[in-house]
Parts: sequence; C-alpha cells; structure tokens
Amino acid sequence: MSSVVGTRPLAGKRILIAKPGLDGHDSGAKVIALALRDAGAEVIYTGLRKSPEFIVRVALDEDVSAVGLSILSGSHKELAREVLDGLRAAGVGDIPVFVGGTIPPEDAAGLLAAGVKGVFTNDMSLVQMIEQLARVLA
Amino acid sequence: MSAVPKPGAPQTQPEKCVTTPSGIKVPVVVTREMAGDPDPGLPATYPFTRGIFADGYRGRPWTIRQYSGFGSAEESNQRYRFLLDQGQTGLSVALDLPTQCGYDPDDPMARPEIGKVGVSLFSLSEMETLFAGIDLGAISTSFTINGTAAIIYAMYLAAADKQGVAREKLTGTIQNDILKEYVARGTWIFPVRPSLRLIADSVLYSNEVSPRFNAISIAGAHVRDAGCTAIEEMAYTLANGLAYVDELIRRGGDVTKFARRLSFFFYTHMDLFEEAAKFRAGRRLWAKLLRERYGVTDDKALHFRFGVVCGGSSLVAAQPYNNIVRVAIENMAAVLGGAQSIFTCAYDEAFQIPTEFSAEIAVRTQQIVQHESGVAATVDPLGGSYYVEWLTDQMEKGMLEVMGEIDAYGGVVKAIEDGWLQRRIAVRAMQKKDATDKGERVVVGQNKFRREAQADSYGEVFRLDPQISARVLVKHAELKRNRDTARVERSLAALEAAAATDTHNLMPLLVECCHAYATVGEMVERMKRCWGEFQEPVRL
Repeated sequence: MSSVVGTRPLAGKRILIAKPGLDGHDSGAKVIALALRDAGAEVIYTGLRKSPEFIVRVALDEDVSAVGLSILSGSHKELAREVLDGLRAAGVGDIPVFVGGTIPPEDAAGLLAAGVKGVFTNDMSLVQMIEQLARVLA
Repeated sequence: MSAVPKPGAPQTQPEKCVTTPSGIKVPVVVTREMAGDPDPGLPATYPFTRGIFADGYRGRPWTIRQYSGFGSAEESNQRYRFLLDQGQTGLSVALDLPTQCGYDPDDPMARPEIGKVGVSLFSLSEMETLFAGIDLGAISTSFTINGTAAIIYAMYLAAADKQGVAREKLTGTIQNDILKEYVARGTWIFPVRPSLRLIADSVLYSNEVSPRFNAISIAGAHVRDAGCTAIEEMAYTLANGLAYVDELIRRGGDVTKFARRLSFFFYTHMDLFEEAAKFRAGRRLWAKLLRERYGVTDDKALHFRFGVVCGGSSLVAAQPYNNIVRVAIENMAAVLGGAQSIFTCAYDEAFQIPTEFSAEIAVRTQQIVQHESGVAATVDPLGGSYYVEWLTDQMEKGMLEVMGEIDAYGGVVKAIEDGWLQRRIAVRAMQKKDATDKGERVVVGQNKFRREAQADSYGEVFRLDPQISARVLVKHAELKRNRDTARVERSLAALEAAAATDTHNLMPLLVECCHAYATVGEMVERMKRCWGEFQEPVRL
C-alpha cells in the first residue's frame, strides 16, 4: 500500500492509464494505476501496445476524467500528439492528458506546450503526482 | 490475496535492523558458527559455488559487451566500429521495437518507434549493412531479441552465409526467452505454447548447425528492473529455465547436450554483497537442480554461464554523474559473482540513448575494474567470508521458497498465462516506489542529499537524426521493389504450411525466408495466421 492511502483525493474520478506504441515497460504504468486506485480513483488500464485511436475510443466509451499515457521508448512526442489530436477530433479535447515515463526535461516543456497537463517522471513521488492530478481534476 | 509477496522478515529492533534489498535481516557480525563453518570448496567443482572455471578470470577475462544500437543499420554500424576501436570485445545488438514486436516499418504501429530504442532490422539487407566490415567469424554477437528471436537468428545465419563465414564458427547469443517477456519487457507476439515451440526449434537447430552459439539466454534482468527482488529475480529465472528444459526434453532434445548452450542474464543493482551472493547461490542452485531433477552429471552441462547488465532502474536522472559511481560498484559485484560478460550502462541511460562520450566512460569503467582494481586476480575472492557464505545460503533458501510458491500455483507457464506472476511483480514495484518515496530506500541525490536549488546537469544531449525514420521507410520500399517476389512468396508459403503443423522445425524455412529478403513483418504475419496473438491478462 502506498502512502497516499487514506486521503482519497481522487474519489469519484475515472482515469484511463494507457500504453501507446510498442513500448513494453509497464511497471511504471501499473504502479501509477495502483496508486491512483489507492487515492480513490476508478482506474482503467489498457495493457500494452495500444494505438492512439484505440486509446481515444476507450476514453470516450468509458467517459473518463483524465488520460495518463506511459511511454518509455522515446516516442512520447509523436504518440502524445496523436492522442491529443484524436481527443480533439472526437470533441473531447477537454479531457486532460498526462504523460509519464522517460521524458527529458526539454521534451517535457514541449509536451506541456502541446497541451499535455502534466509530465511525471520517476523522481517524483506518488504523493506529488496525485496532488497535481487532484488539482487539475478539481 | 495470496499472490501478494510477503514483505521482509519482521523487525524486532527497528532502530537496529538492517536488511538487504531482498529483505534478509543482516546480523551486525557473522561468526564462523553462524555461517556453519563454511567451506565452499574449489572452483570448477560441483556445485560450482566458487565459479565454473578453475582459473577464474585469469584464463579468460569477462567479455565487455555494451548493449548498443539505434537508428538505421548505417548509424549502428558506425557505433559498433567505434566501440570495437575502444577495446570492446563483443557486440550486443539493441533492436528497435518494430523489429522486436514483428512489425515492418510501414505499419502504423511501427512508424513512431522506428530506430528509437535500437536499430531497425526489417530484413537481411539491413543486417548485411549492420555488420559491414565486421567479420562475423571473429566476433561474438549478442542479440536482445525475443518475440522475433528465431527470425533474427535465421537472419544472422543468412548474413554469415553471405559473408562466407561457416555457421559452426559463429559465437554469440540470442536472448530468445519469451516467458519473461510476458511478465516484464512486453515484446511478446504469439501465445505461450507456440512461442515455446519456436524456442525449442531454434535451440535444437542451433545445437546442430552453430554449436558454439547460445540460442537462449534466460533472463531475470527485466523482471528485476520491473521491481522484484534479487531473490525473486533468480528464482523466476531458474523456474523459467526449468520450463525450457522440460520443453526441450519433450521435443526430443538431449539435456546433456543442450544444457551446455543455455546461458543466463541478470541485472546487478546496488547491494554489493547481496548481488555477489545472488550469483554464487544461483550458480550452485542451477547445477543442483539439473543434477537432482534430470540426472545431469556432465560438468559443462551443469555450468551456469551468465551475463549481466549494471545500471537500469538503479540509475536516476537526478545528478546523473553519480550513476558512474553506481555502475562501478555494480560492476565490482558482477565480477565478484563471477559473470562471463558484463554490460555497464552509461550514466545518461536513465533518460536517453547514451552519447559517444557517456558510452566511452561506461567501457572505461569496466576496463578500470578489469585492469586496475585487482578484483579479477584470484578466483572468487569472497569465498570463505563468513558473511558472504552465510548470505549465499540465505539467498539460495529464499530462491527455493519462491520456486516452491510457483510450483504450488501450478508452474510458471500457468502463473504467466493467468497473470499471477505479473501481479506479483507489480505489487513489488509499488512497494519499492513507496519505500523510495518515504526515504526508506536511499537514492543519493534524489531522495537524500538532494540539492533542490541547483538544476541537474545532464551533460550532452543525444539526438536521434529525425530523418532516420524516413530513410528506413525508403529502404524498406526499395527492398520490396527490388527482390525476387516469387522466391519471397514461395518461402513464406512454405513457412506458413510448416507452422500449421506441430512437427516441423521452422528454422531452415526461416533461413530461406531471410535469404529471399522476406521481411520480419511478413514472416510474423504468416505465423500469426496459424497461431494467433497472445492475449495479455490485465490484472491489477
């Protein structure tokens, strides 16, 4: 159990955790999914190797409050853009998108400029991430 | 639920209790009595606690083998020549995700990933370029490849044919360990059973045509990096190893013969003595398992030969130059454990593909350990240490317990198909993250002694040429225009027909497909038609 248990700042939120592209590193995605659940959210995890179109469709079908993309293959710029574009095209561009993974600092700035609402890397604590999420989703 | 791993031993004196990362409670001092008056015996003598070679590293230093590859074959060929010029003694090929997952570069799933985490090798044409000017008969090459391992091995044989190098001269390794891909790393393609068949095909074929080549490297590295402990890393890996042994025997393989070509691959993280003890315990346990369960008596078949990677998730982006020190300590642990080949991560691998500068420091680290530290001067210098012998025993006991839990669940294949093992790893990863967040697990520069005011210096930034993807797509299109399409179709049809049966060894057919310049995506597509795809059990 993580240190976020008990506070439940994300109670009532439905959050999609997705693995776009071919990256097979799912440890971070699963840790986040477990932490979000501890924080009270209902979590939908896609599993590996999903296309941006698939992720957008699940976000729509499940009526989620936020989408978290986990990418450690260096393809974050392309894949995040495709998901953001897909959500906008589907008329749900207001669903906040977060990106986690191996993201160099200067790329993080680019992702934020492109419309991503937060970039999470391994040196952030789960509490920090959840606080930031809770602020955006409040 | 019962699948959740037990935490470490209860702490009776919390203020004084020190545990290893695997949860073994460390005594303040270990006496001769506590260690059971240890005599680990001689190296090269069953059960090989002290190593498999009588003269240790004196007869043969470990292979310095840096995992490397990016972009297209041309860029990687240049990097390999650079590393060989720096004194690297073996090649280790990193492949891009489309090649690993069986997609051609023009597949929509592949496009964003071309050349990102490794080199794109969509057909033999690319492998010929990759090894241009490098004599395959004179260098040992390791491929971290799993889902498409049989194809890449076939391609390597075809490349050797093209260079005029006899196949029996080839040395090197394909990882070819699909079981751990389902648990961590994730480059599976087919369901478990046909994947095991493909592994048996390649191992048995390799034993005949390229007997010096390791057609499988059973890997614990990835489950370790995904979060599990050192004890679990070894236990899961040995369990997978036994599953492959069973499959190969079922296919008619002679265990004394094929066991000589099984090799292993692990992570080395930061606890120096636990890591060294892990390798000593694993080496001993594997020999015992083969002897006791399968009656193997041939020393060479009992030998536990392994490579390691130092770094991975033990490296952090905060104050990245500290990673050089971490890797040096891990390098020492691997040597004290008796590794046959070592890959040291570059300090910047926590956040990017290494630059030539950081890659060179990683090679130099190994050379300093090998030539300056004196650690390789005598065999198993830790042998007989009360603490290390005690810890080796504790690790072995822990490994057997974890293997017993897997057996009790119904075996490793069932544990993977059900997602039971995957869930255990995820829970462990959560525990590790939580311990790091709380500062119970110290990471210098990140959660302790952190300098908030100062921005981290990341040094030189590696940038992949953005045109690489476009160039790979052009080469792929050209290949498809210029090859003998009738031969391609013939070879693919033969592959599909054989895959639909249970009895054919597919390797000769895959080699012919490669010679015909069929692409990785085309070969995978034909096998998917017969076998379908793995359906990932998603359990949180």
